[in-house]
Amino acid sequence: MTPMLELRGVKKAFGPKVVLDGVTIPVEKGKSLVIIGGSGQGKSVTIKIAIGLLQPDAGQVFVDGQDVADIPQKERGKLAARFGMLFQGAALFDSLTVWENVAFRLINADGVSRKDAKERAVDALSRVGLPASVATLYPIELSGGMQKRAGLARAVVAAPEIIFFDEPTTGLDPINADVINDLIVEQVKRLGCTAVSITHDMASARKIGDEIAMLHKGKIVWRGPAADIDHSGNPFVDQFVNGRADGPIKVEA
Amino acid sequence: MNPVQAVGRSTIGLMRTAGQVAIFAARGLAACVSAPWFAGQFLRQVVAIGYLSLPVVGLTAVFTGAALALNIYTGGGRFNAEQIMPQIVALGITRELGPVLAALMLAGRVSAAIAAEIGAMRATEQIDALKTLSTDPFRYLVAPRLLAAILTLPFLTAVADTIGVAGGFMVATQTLGFSGPLYVQNTWNFLTPWDIQSGLIKSAVFGFIVALMGAYHGYNASGGARGVGRATTHAVVSAAILVFAADYVLTSLFSAK
Repeated sequence: MTPMLELRGVKKAFGPKVVLDGVTIPVEKGKSLVIIGGSGQGKSVTIKIAIGLLQPDAGQVFVDGQDVADIPQKERGKLAARFGMLFQGAALFDSLTVWENVAFRLINADGVSRKDAKERAVDALSRVGLPASVATLYPIELSGGMQKRAGLARAVVAAPEIIFFDEPTTGLDPINADVINDLIVEQVKRLGCTAVSITHDMASARKIGDEIAMLHKGKIVWRGPAADIDHSGNPFVDQFVNGRADGPIKVEA
Repeated sequence: MNPVQAVGRSTIGLMRTAGQVAIFAARGLAACVSAPWFAGQFLRQVVAIGYLSLPVVGLTAVFTGAALALNIYTGGGRFNAEQIMPQIVALGITRELGPVLAALMLAGRVSAAIAAEIGAMRATEQIDALKTLSTDPFRYLVAPRLLAAILTLPFLTAVADTIGVAGGFMVATQTLGFSGPLYVQNTWNFLTPWDIQSGLIKSAVFGFIVALMGAYHGYNASGGARGVGRATTHAVVSAAILVFAADYVLTSLFSAK
């Protein structure tokens, strides 16, 4: 079966610093892959290359079997319509109300009328547990957890085929983090979409991932079913999962 | 370091920046002249850039006009030419000071605001979010600001011209003993349409420069809050310098004809 999304031999460097050194990750349709790894190991860059926010120096990105580089610039917008992304800090537009944020794609790219878009936005907000009264507030008036939920509603409102989650639980208390994890699992299942997440939160990784891959020094060092994470037999994974300072991974000073 | 190397390196750096600005400007202008447009964003910017700049532009103009009148009166007095003061004030304001001062006020007020807003959006990944929502940031953020500045600065300049001349008029009639009707008549008869038009054309170019510098530096901001601060400073300084440079180039082009 053709993977829904595949990074093949992707390399990326910023100046002299090599961030990704030949990353190959296929993700099957309908599966949820979580990429774990320490800070600065290239997780964010991986996800940004996958969604097209950064261009790889070498290697290819395939969406549904098609090399993204072969898609003409004019049709990139259509490609983006198949994606949704929840950003680490939610990245809500602070000049717009919550519902306008959620409905942004519908109004500005899909040409849905404001009235219909608002209905769908309020609907999407209710699915992530936010009442209609929140819709007319501005993002700054929401708590961090609520912003994440609104960001999730914005990512799923147009029913994307692939959703990316960038550190979905970072900055949240354990209870709110679990709420977000539950919502992510629920929304991904409801839409039947493919999901790629990056996190260093193991509780989150176990909960939202069908599969887990570990990124270390710009390479995938392990990949397997989420259930196998505790007996991977891989010293990098063991050290990371158990949160030990000693092991093959050295924290750079 | 070898001095030749240093010169070469800074030359290449300058060329690179000029190229980046040119590409950014071309993308911005292309987004201005082709659909889709974001009318709501454009109108918001017309208010923010044009309407809300009226007080600061008006105040600058009235004081400048008044001070200019005093200076020219004093200078003219050295060879008994006080009486041509209204004409010189009108010419100085419409051809030079109205457009340049309005543009400088906008460089301070608008370039900084654009750079800070777009820079903060960059820092909080809102620009990336726009792209993932199938919306081109050049169309949504850059084009409305460029268009609003290009179209509103000539209006602000017209206001500055009027208020500036009025400032001169006030000083002339209240403290220097000029006759009001005569002052107006002298000004009106002396000015040619081109005096005013050339100033307004210059100001459209200045509007483009001011918005472009704000958007360019904000869009390329990096390094969090400090980066946004740096972008704001660079936007204001580069906008001001480019306004002066463009002023000289345009004025020399215009006076050639």
